[in-house]
Amino acid sequence: MKIIRSMVLVSADDESLARGAQDVFHAFLEEIDEFGLSDQITVTTIRDAGMHGEKPTVIVYPDAAVYGPVTVEDVHTIVEEHLHKGNIVPGLLAMMREMAPEIGWMRGRRGALPVQKRIVLERAGVVNPASIEDYILYDGYQALGKALTKMTPAEVIAEVEKSGLQGRGGAGFPTGRKWSFVAATPGSPKYVICNADESEPGTFKDRLIIEGDPFSIIEAMTIAGYAINAHEGFIYIRGEYPLAYKRIEHAIAEAEKHGMLGEHIFGTDFSFHIHPHAGAGAYICGEETALIESLEGKRGMPRARPPYPTTYGLYGKPTVVNNVETLASMPAIIRNGAMWYREVGSPKSTGTKVYTILGNVNFTGVIEAPMGITLREVIDIYGKGMKNDKALKLVQTGGSSGTIVPASLQDTPLDFDAFRNAGVSLGSGALLVCDEDTCVVDLAKVILRFFRNECCGKCTPCRIGTLRLYEIISQISEGRGSLDDFDLMQKISEAMSEVSNCGLGQTAATALRDILKYFRAEVEAHIVDHVCPTGVCPIKELAAVA
Amino acid sequence: MEPEVKDLDIASLVTKVMDELGSTRDAVIPILSEINRALGYIPAAALPEIRRHIQAQQKQEGVFVADSHLYSAASFYQMFSLEPLGRHVIRFCESAPCHVEGGREVFDTLQRELGLQPGETSADRKWSLLTTSCIGVCSVGPVFLVDDDLYGNVTPERVPEILAKYQ
Repeated sequence: MKIIRSMVLVSADDESLARGAQDVFHAFLEEIDEFGLSDQITVTTIRDAGMHGEKPTVIVYPDAAVYGPVTVEDVHTIVEEHLHKGNIVPGLLAMMREMAPEIGWMRGRRGALPVQKRIVLERAGVVNPASIEDYILYDGYQALGKALTKMTPAEVIAEVEKSGLQGRGGAGFPTGRKWSFVAATPGSPKYVICNADESEPGTFKDRLIIEGDPFSIIEAMTIAGYAINAHEGFIYIRGEYPLAYKRIEHAIAEAEKHGMLGEHIFGTDFSFHIHPHAGAGAYICGEETALIESLEGKRGMPRARPPYPTTYGLYGKPTVVNNVETLASMPAIIRNGAMWYREVGSPKSTGTKVYTILGNVNFTGVIEAPMGITLREVIDIYGKGMKNDKALKLVQTGGSSGTIVPASLQDTPLDFDAFRNAGVSLGSGALLVCDEDTCVVDLAKVILRFFRNECCGKCTPCRIGTLRLYEIISQISEGRGSLDDFDLMQKISEAMSEVSNCGLGQTAATALRDILKYFRAEVEAHIVDHVCPTGVCPIKELAAVA
Repeated sequence: MEPEVKDLDIASLVTKVMDELGSTRDAVIPILSEINRALGYIPAAALPEIRRHIQAQQKQEGVFVADSHLYSAASFYQMFSLEPLGRHVIRFCESAPCHVEGGREVFDTLQRELGLQPGETSADRKWSLLTTSCIGVCSVGPVFLVDDDLYGNVTPERVPEILAKYQ
């Protein structure tokens, strides 16, 4: 296993090749070898990077420096100055105006190293999660103190809005705007809910945040309560996380004992109470209105929206529902100011994101990095490369409800904006890396089985759609599919995404849709030739059908 | 068959749990969780008991709770069982990350070793084999739970050795 320090990407579209990209590629290999850096730096060719007139283009990660047009003569300078000494060579940088939209974001990232940058997880693993003294020692409760004594609720909301923080639960709704809606809605009491029902397959960031730094959630919820004039908060923790529940319970008791929670916090007139609540196993309860129903002691079925929880939430009152990671970003924003936060990440997606890396890579686990890193960086630098040196086939981003990204799109940055443009979802931040041995039909089957099981059954398109899609893909995996299934699956997925009541039904067929788009030939092989190209599917010998 | 829990015991358990957690509608899920934990399942007889407590408490507020409301909650959540299960319950994660990391082979081995299909309980009531959605420990997939014990990075070879730990 090699530890990759840097990556060099050489554009290799027709135009670049005509202008000597191949020679540039080989020159890099030779020069890097010359400097004895072959163990630490990989050289790869990529498709068109835009940049007409600047080809061949060379992109160096992790600095995201874009050079162009690069000639064989330039290679020595780039290797010596940039890769060996670590200085970007300004004279050789490309003009940025004509870059392909997928990588145009890099302008905002120039010079900023995407090394792990910790805001959300700054204390996790560093402090004793049971000790409020530890938390305070590491800047804890400065934000709440500042908010309660030096800021009005409106100023707190304005600061959050200015920070550009977007909800980290998957939808990416601006947090400050959500708070301002609730603050402006008449009605009392108002409630703050922390959504810790983290059930998206492949996601466990919220568990690590709560287990490692429970006080940050308590502090952030109290700040939210102050901002929207609420006096009660609930943390809905999924039933499968008993340790997280214990840590939160303990943190609440400690905070109350120290006057940071309860009546007259910090000696002010503001009072706030937090109640922990354990779920009992239901993916759908991560949907905010289903979560609210469940908190009220009912079946966790999503409500019709509008009205949204901001006007009609828990017990029919205005309610803020925020994800754990969103809340964990809050104390640092209030403490250091919105402008400090905006410096991290890309211009339209500010701050950091916590990702979970899974699947066929050498390192699986959690990382926190600025918004805007690419899948290639994630796999090669953080994931320490593909397991057993297999080839990358695809990545599923954002959990089971997320999109499938084929290897050819691995230079798409991971942020809300560019991701939306490229048709790729950031979702919960789960990145499931799949190698060449993965069968897309088998993968689709596992994902659809999940949604068939987790569908709450309330609305028809989802209840019937998830079942039918699972049945159809199962038949294909057994070699009993028909070419008409493509149209049928397409129609069902479209109906589900358009008319389902909640996000579950709207996104259940996302992965299938992408698989049909990028891997149609492989699906066809199952149907027409009765062959599973990777040998995973249980294709049965067909009786001779006339 | 395991002896069924007596109705009298159920009534006293419900009273004890609800004294602790409160007799309100929004405490229903914690109450059901506690009963499920104590008995390994939620017996049908527990639901009218819970309903009686809630109604006694909230009569003056005119809150209406029917047995069907409680059944709808009890039957919805994956961690609840409405049937008695085996002495040891295996919950195998069948979500995509564990599957990609080699879960299929592990699950095949589990089914073979136990002679059980998913959802079944063995005739001697020692084992129940259930599947579950993601339990959030994906970095060590494939994973399964035996009762409250979590096993990660499981390979087919390790399955017999893990099962042998349980009596």
